[in-house]
Amino acid sequence: MHELGIVMNVLEQVDAVAAENKAEKVLKITMEVGEVSSVVPDLFLDAFNWAKKKTAFLQEAELEMIIIEGRTYCKTCGESYQTTAYGKKCPHCGSYETYLLTGDQVIIKDIAAVFGEAETPEPVPEK
Amino acid sequence: MQEVRTILLSKSVFEDNDRAADKLRRDLREKGVSLVNVMSSPGSGKTTLLIALIRRLALKFRIGVMEADIDSDVDAVTVARETGCRSVQLHTGGMCHLDAGMTAEGLRELGDGLDLIFLENVGNLVCPAEYDTGATANIVILSVPEGADKPLKYPLVFQKSDLVIVSKTDALPYFDFDMEQCRKYIGARNGAAEMIPVSAKTGENMDALENWFIRKII
Repeated sequence: MHELGIVMNVLEQVDAVAAENKAEKVLKITMEVGEVSSVVPDLFLDAFNWAKKKTAFLQEAELEMIIIEGRTYCKTCGESYQTTAYGKKCPHCGSYETYLLTGDQVIIKDIAAVFGEAETPEPVPEK
Repeated sequence: MQEVRTILLSKSVFEDNDRAADKLRRDLREKGVSLVNVMSSPGSGKTTLLIALIRRLALKFRIGVMEADIDSDVDAVTVARETGCRSVQLHTGGMCHLDAGMTAEGLRELGDGLDLIFLENVGNLVCPAEYDTGATANIVILSVPEGADKPLKYPLVFQKSDLVIVSKTDALPYFDFDMEQCRKYIGARNGAAEMIPVSAKTGENMDALENWFIRKII
Protein backbone atom coordinates (compact mmCIF):
# COMPACT_ATOMS: atom_id res chain seq x y z
CA MET A 1 0.00 0.00 0.00
CA HIS A 2 2.79 2.37 0.90
CA GLU A 3 4.73 1.44 -2.23
CA LEU A 4 1.62 1.80 -4.38
CA GLY A 5 1.28 5.50 -3.53
CA ILE A 6 4.86 6.13 -4.64
CA VAL A 7 4.43 3.98 -7.76
CA MET A 8 1.35 5.97 -8.81
CA ASN A 9 3.39 9.12 -8.37
CA VAL A 10 6.21 7.76 -10.55
CA LEU A 11 3.83 6.55 -13.26
CA GLU A 12 2.04 9.89 -13.36
CA GLN A 13 5.32 11.78 -13.73
CA VAL A 14 6.71 9.46 -16.42
CA ASP A 15 3.44 9.40 -18.34
CA ALA A 16 3.54 13.20 -18.43
CA VAL A 17 7.16 13.23 -19.65
CA ALA A 18 6.29 10.69 -22.38
CA ALA A 19 3.37 12.80 -23.56
CA GLU A 20 5.44 15.98 -23.48
CA ASN A 21 8.18 14.42 -25.58
CA LYS A 22 5.67 12.87 -27.98
CA ALA A 23 6.92 9.34 -27.33
CA GLU A 24 4.88 6.41 -28.61
CA LYS A 25 5.50 4.26 -25.60
CA VAL A 26 7.93 3.81 -22.75
CA LEU A 27 9.98 0.60 -22.73
CA LYS A 28 11.91 1.01 -19.54
CA ILE A 29 12.19 3.16 -16.44
CA THR A 30 15.42 3.16 -14.47
CA MET A 31 15.22 4.25 -10.86
CA GLU A 32 17.65 4.65 -8.01
CA VAL A 33 16.24 3.39 -4.74
CA GLY A 34 18.11 3.89 -1.49
CA GLU A 35 18.42 0.98 0.93
CA VAL A 36 17.00 3.11 3.74
CA SER A 37 14.35 4.92 1.67
CA SER A 38 11.56 2.74 3.13
CA VAL A 39 10.69 1.49 -0.36
CA VAL A 40 10.72 -2.31 -0.48
CA PRO A 41 11.91 -3.22 -4.01
CA ASP A 42 9.83 -6.42 -4.38
CA LEU A 43 6.62 -4.71 -3.31
CA PHE A 44 7.45 -1.72 -5.45
CA LEU A 45 7.84 -3.93 -8.52
CA ASP A 46 4.55 -5.73 -7.83
CA ALA A 47 2.73 -2.43 -7.46
CA PHE A 48 4.41 -1.14 -10.63
CA ASN A 49 3.33 -4.10 -12.73
CA TRP A 50 -0.23 -3.74 -11.52
CA ALA A 51 -0.53 0.01 -11.85
CA LYS A 52 1.19 0.41 -15.24
CA LYS A 53 -1.88 -1.12 -16.92
CA LYS A 54 -3.75 2.05 -16.04
CA THR A 55 -1.37 4.39 -17.86
CA ALA A 56 -1.34 5.69 -21.43
CA PHE A 57 2.33 5.15 -22.33
CA LEU A 58 3.66 2.58 -19.88
CA GLN A 59 1.65 -0.55 -20.60
CA GLU A 60 4.75 -2.51 -21.67
CA ALA A 61 7.32 -0.71 -19.57
CA GLU A 62 9.76 -2.62 -17.42
CA LEU A 63 11.26 -1.25 -14.26
CA GLU A 64 14.91 -1.43 -13.28
CA MET A 65 15.84 -0.48 -9.74
CA ILE A 66 19.43 0.35 -8.88
CA ILE A 67 19.80 -0.10 -5.14
CA ILE A 68 21.92 2.56 -3.46
CA GLU A 69 23.71 1.52 -0.29
CA GLY A 70 22.93 3.48 2.87
CA ARG A 71 26.06 5.24 4.19
CA THR A 72 26.20 7.21 7.42
CA TYR A 73 28.88 9.74 8.38
CA CYS A 74 30.10 10.18 11.94
CA LYS A 75 30.72 13.80 12.98
CA THR A 76 32.73 12.70 16.02
CA CYS A 77 35.39 10.55 14.36
CA GLY A 78 34.96 11.45 10.69
CA GLU A 79 34.49 7.85 9.54
CA SER A 80 31.58 6.59 7.48
CA TYR A 81 29.89 3.21 7.69
CA GLN A 82 27.11 1.02 6.30
CA THR A 83 23.79 2.30 7.70
CA THR A 84 21.84 -0.95 7.55
CA ALA A 85 24.47 -2.75 9.65
CA TYR A 86 24.87 -0.20 12.45
CA GLY A 87 22.02 2.33 12.30
CA LYS A 88 22.52 5.61 14.10
CA LYS A 89 25.44 4.49 16.30
CA CYS A 90 28.93 4.77 14.80
CA PRO A 91 30.69 1.37 14.92
CA HIS A 92 34.11 3.09 15.00
CA CYS A 93 33.68 5.28 18.08
CA GLY A 94 30.18 4.64 19.49
CA SER A 95 28.95 8.20 18.88
CA TYR A 96 25.35 9.03 17.95
CA GLU A 97 26.43 12.30 16.34
CA THR A 98 25.93 10.87 12.88
CA TYR A 99 24.01 11.70 9.75
CA LEU A 100 22.98 9.89 6.60
CA LEU A 101 25.18 10.60 3.57
CA THR A 102 23.24 8.63 1.00
CA GLY A 103 20.69 5.85 0.73
CA ASP A 104 17.33 7.56 1.33
CA GLN A 105 16.74 8.63 -2.26
CA VAL A 106 13.93 7.52 -4.58
CA ILE A 107 14.93 8.92 -7.96
CA ILE A 108 13.65 8.46 -11.49
CA LYS A 109 16.96 8.30 -13.34
CA ASP A 110 15.92 7.93 -16.94
CA ILE A 111 13.36 6.43 -19.26
CA ALA A 112 13.83 4.63 -22.57
CA ALA A 113 11.01 5.36 -24.98
CA VAL A 114 10.07 4.55 -28.56
CA PHE A 115 9.66 7.48 -30.89
CA GLY A 116 7.98 7.22 -34.24
CA GLU A 117 8.61 9.47 -37.19
CA ALA A 118 6.49 12.56 -36.84
CA GLU A 119 3.54 13.03 -39.18
CA THR A 120 3.91 9.56 -40.74
CA PRO A 121 0.45 8.06 -41.19
CA GLU A 122 -0.06 4.56 -39.84
CA PRO A 123 0.12 2.00 -42.69
CA VAL A 124 -3.28 0.53 -43.43
CA PRO A 125 -3.17 -3.22 -42.86
CA GLU A 126 -4.07 -5.38 -45.87
CA LYS A 127 -7.29 -7.31 -45.62
CA MET B 1 11.13 4.41 -38.78
CA GLN B 2 10.98 3.95 -35.09
CA GLU B 3 13.80 4.65 -32.72
CA VAL B 4 14.44 4.14 -29.05
CA ARG B 5 15.84 7.09 -27.17
CA THR B 6 16.67 7.63 -23.53
CA ILE B 7 15.36 10.67 -21.71
CA LEU B 8 17.37 11.67 -18.65
CA LEU B 9 15.31 12.81 -15.69
CA SER B 10 17.41 12.38 -12.51
CA LYS B 11 14.50 13.61 -10.50
CA SER B 12 13.43 12.69 -7.01
CA VAL B 13 9.98 11.15 -6.87
CA PHE B 14 9.13 13.55 -4.04
CA GLU B 15 10.45 16.67 -5.81
CA ASP B 16 7.13 17.97 -7.20
CA ASN B 17 5.43 17.50 -3.86
CA ASP B 18 8.30 19.13 -1.95
CA ARG B 19 8.08 22.17 -4.19
CA ALA B 20 4.30 22.44 -3.78
CA ALA B 21 4.71 22.04 0.00
CA ASP B 22 7.30 24.83 0.20
CA LYS B 23 5.01 27.17 -1.69
CA LEU B 24 2.06 26.32 0.54
CA ARG B 25 4.19 26.92 3.66
CA ARG B 26 5.32 30.33 2.35
CA ASP B 27 1.72 31.33 1.57
CA LEU B 28 0.59 30.28 5.06
CA ARG B 29 3.39 32.21 6.77
CA GLU B 30 2.54 35.32 4.74
CA LYS B 31 -1.07 35.05 5.84
CA GLY B 32 -0.03 34.41 9.45
CA VAL B 33 -1.67 31.01 9.60
CA SER B 34 -0.13 28.06 11.48
CA LEU B 35 -0.75 24.65 9.99
CA VAL B 36 0.12 21.81 12.35
CA ASN B 37 0.49 18.35 10.84
CA VAL B 38 -0.34 15.70 13.43
CA MET B 39 0.99 12.21 12.75
CA SER B 40 0.68 8.98 14.74
CA SER B 41 -0.22 5.31 14.67
CA PRO B 42 -3.88 4.33 14.51
CA GLY B 43 -5.32 4.28 18.02
CA SER B 44 -2.79 6.64 19.63
CA GLY B 45 -5.60 8.87 20.83
CA LYS B 46 -5.11 11.65 18.25
CA THR B 47 -8.74 12.66 18.06
CA THR B 48 -9.28 12.65 21.85
CA LEU B 49 -6.09 14.63 22.42
CA LEU B 50 -6.96 17.15 19.71
CA ILE B 51 -10.41 17.73 21.18
CA ALA B 52 -8.93 18.37 24.65
CA LEU B 53 -6.26 20.67 23.21
CA ILE B 54 -8.61 22.60 20.92
CA ARG B 55 -10.99 23.30 23.82
CA ARG B 56 -8.10 25.08 25.57
CA LEU B 57 -6.65 26.84 22.54
CA ALA B 58 -10.01 27.95 21.14
CA LEU B 59 -10.11 30.70 23.75
CA LYS B 60 -7.07 32.33 22.14
CA PHE B 61 -7.13 31.32 18.48
CA ARG B 62 -9.57 30.79 15.65
CA ILE B 63 -9.08 27.10 14.95
CA GLY B 64 -9.90 24.82 12.05
CA VAL B 65 -9.38 21.08 11.66
CA MET B 66 -8.73 18.92 8.63
CA GLU B 67 -9.18 15.21 9.15
CA ALA B 68 -7.49 12.88 6.71
CA ASP B 69 -8.85 9.40 6.44
CA ILE B 70 -8.78 6.75 3.84
CA ASP B 71 -12.55 6.60 3.75
CA SER B 72 -14.84 7.90 6.48
CA ASP B 73 -15.85 11.13 8.16
CA VAL B 74 -16.26 9.97 11.77
CA ASP B 75 -13.30 11.99 13.05
CA ALA B 76 -14.35 15.25 11.38
CA VAL B 77 -17.88 14.87 12.71
CA THR B 78 -16.61 14.06 16.23
CA VAL B 79 -14.19 16.99 16.38
CA ALA B 80 -16.73 19.46 15.01
CA ARG B 81 -19.39 18.27 17.45
CA GLU B 82 -17.07 18.28 20.48
CA THR B 83 -15.28 21.57 19.85
CA GLY B 84 -17.61 23.55 17.61
CA CYS B 85 -14.71 24.51 15.35
CA ARG B 86 -14.74 24.41 11.59
CA SER B 87 -13.71 21.04 10.23
CA VAL B 88 -13.39 19.31 6.89
CA GLN B 89 -12.79 15.69 6.04
CA LEU B 90 -10.17 14.86 3.43
CA HIS B 91 -10.39 11.50 1.76
CA THR B 92 -7.10 10.22 0.48
CA GLY B 93 -8.81 7.84 -1.92
CA GLY B 94 -7.11 4.72 -0.60
CA MET B 95 -3.68 6.34 -0.25
CA CYS B 96 -1.82 6.02 3.02
CA HIS B 97 -0.70 9.64 3.19
CA LEU B 98 -1.68 13.21 2.40
CA ASP B 99 0.35 15.29 0.00
CA ALA B 100 0.67 19.05 -0.39
CA GLY B 101 -1.94 19.16 -3.17
CA MET B 102 -4.59 17.46 -1.04
CA THR B 103 -3.71 19.73 1.88
CA ALA B 104 -4.05 22.89 -0.24
CA GLU B 105 -7.45 21.67 -1.43
CA GLY B 106 -8.57 21.08 2.17
CA LEU B 107 -7.41 24.58 3.15
CA ARG B 108 -9.50 26.11 0.38
CA GLU B 109 -12.50 24.16 1.55
CA LEU B 110 -11.91 25.28 5.14
CA GLY B 111 -11.85 28.94 4.11
CA ASP B 112 -10.12 32.07 5.46
CA GLY B 113 -10.10 33.80 8.82
CA LEU B 114 -8.32 31.12 10.88
CA ASP B 115 -5.12 31.41 12.96
CA LEU B 116 -4.41 27.76 13.64
CA ILE B 117 -5.28 24.72 11.59
CA PHE B 118 -4.72 21.15 12.68
CA LEU B 119 -4.19 18.55 10.02
CA GLU B 120 -4.92 15.13 11.46
CA ASN B 121 -2.95 12.94 9.08
CA VAL B 122 -3.70 9.29 8.26
CA GLY B 123 -2.90 7.00 11.21
CA ASN B 124 0.42 5.57 10.03
CA LEU B 125 4.04 6.24 11.04
CA VAL B 126 5.64 5.57 7.65
CA CYS B 127 3.99 7.23 4.67
CA PRO B 128 2.89 10.57 6.17
CA ALA B 129 6.52 11.24 7.13
CA GLU B 130 7.66 10.96 3.51
CA TYR B 131 5.24 13.42 2.02
CA ASP B 132 5.67 17.04 3.08
CA THR B 133 2.18 18.49 3.51
CA GLY B 134 3.36 22.11 3.61
CA ALA B 135 2.66 22.34 7.34
CA THR B 136 4.44 25.03 9.39
CA ALA B 137 4.94 22.53 12.24
CA ASN B 138 5.01 18.74 12.46
CA ILE B 139 3.98 16.75 15.49
CA VAL B 140 4.02 13.05 16.25
CA ILE B 141 1.93 11.45 18.98
CA LEU B 142 3.32 8.33 20.62
CA SER B 143 0.98 6.65 23.07
CA VAL B 144 2.26 4.81 26.15
CA PRO B 145 0.85 1.38 25.13
CA GLU B 146 2.82 1.50 21.86
CA GLY B 147 6.14 1.34 23.72
CA ALA B 148 9.16 3.58 24.13
CA ASP B 149 11.07 2.01 21.25
CA LYS B 150 8.97 3.49 18.42
CA PRO B 151 11.58 6.18 17.63
CA LEU B 152 13.98 3.33 16.80
CA LYS B 153 11.49 1.52 14.60
CA TYR B 154 10.10 4.51 12.72
CA PRO B 155 12.97 7.01 12.75
CA LEU B 156 11.79 9.20 9.87
CA VAL B 157 8.59 10.46 11.47
CA PHE B 158 10.55 11.39 14.61
CA GLN B 159 13.23 13.12 12.54
CA LYS B 160 10.62 15.24 10.79
CA SER B 161 8.75 16.29 13.93
CA ASP B 162 9.21 19.45 15.99
CA LEU B 163 7.32 17.97 18.93
CA VAL B 164 6.73 14.46 20.24
CA ILE B 165 3.65 14.16 22.43
CA VAL B 166 3.71 11.05 24.61
CA SER B 167 -0.01 10.45 25.15
CA LYS B 168 -2.02 8.32 27.56
CA THR B 169 0.36 8.83 30.51
CA ASP B 170 -2.59 7.75 32.72
CA ALA B 171 -1.83 4.22 31.44
CA LEU B 172 1.83 4.31 32.63
CA PRO B 173 1.20 2.07 35.69
CA TYR B 174 0.03 -0.75 33.41
CA PHE B 175 2.85 -0.72 30.85
CA ASP B 176 6.63 -1.02 30.91
CA PHE B 177 7.15 2.35 29.31
CA ASP B 178 10.52 3.92 30.12
CA MET B 179 10.05 7.68 29.68
CA GLU B 180 13.76 8.52 30.03
CA GLN B 181 14.74 5.85 27.52
CA CYS B 182 12.13 7.25 25.15
CA ARG B 183 13.56 10.75 25.58
CA LYS B 184 17.02 9.40 24.72
CA TYR B 185 15.77 7.57 21.63
CA ILE B 186 14.07 10.72 20.37
CA GLY B 187 17.12 12.84 21.15
CA ALA B 188 19.36 10.48 19.19
CA ARG B 189 17.10 10.79 16.13
CA ASN B 190 16.30 14.45 16.39
CA GLY B 191 18.14 16.68 18.83
CA ALA B 192 15.82 19.60 18.10
CA ALA B 193 12.55 17.83 18.93
CA GLU B 194 10.81 18.54 22.21
CA MET B 195 8.98 15.82 24.11
CA ILE B 196 5.88 16.48 26.22
CA PRO B 197 4.15 13.59 28.06
CA VAL B 198 0.41 14.20 28.59
CA SER B 199 -2.87 12.57 29.44
CA ALA B 200 -5.90 14.01 27.68
CA LYS B 201 -8.06 11.90 29.97
CA THR B 202 -6.82 13.25 33.31
CA GLY B 203 -5.54 16.57 31.96
CA GLU B 204 -2.03 15.85 33.28
CA ASN B 205 0.54 18.20 31.76
CA MET B 206 -1.94 19.63 29.26
CA ASP B 207 -0.83 23.10 30.42
CA ALA B 208 2.68 22.41 29.13
CA LEU B 209 1.27 21.32 25.79
CA GLU B 210 -0.96 24.37 25.54
CA ASN B 211 2.06 26.58 26.26
CA TRP B 212 4.07 24.92 23.52
CA PHE B 213 1.40 25.95 21.03
CA ILE B 214 1.17 29.47 22.38
CA ARG B 215 4.95 29.80 21.99
CA LYS B 216 5.07 28.29 18.51
CA ILE B 217 2.05 29.85 16.88
CA ILE B 218 2.72 32.86 14.73
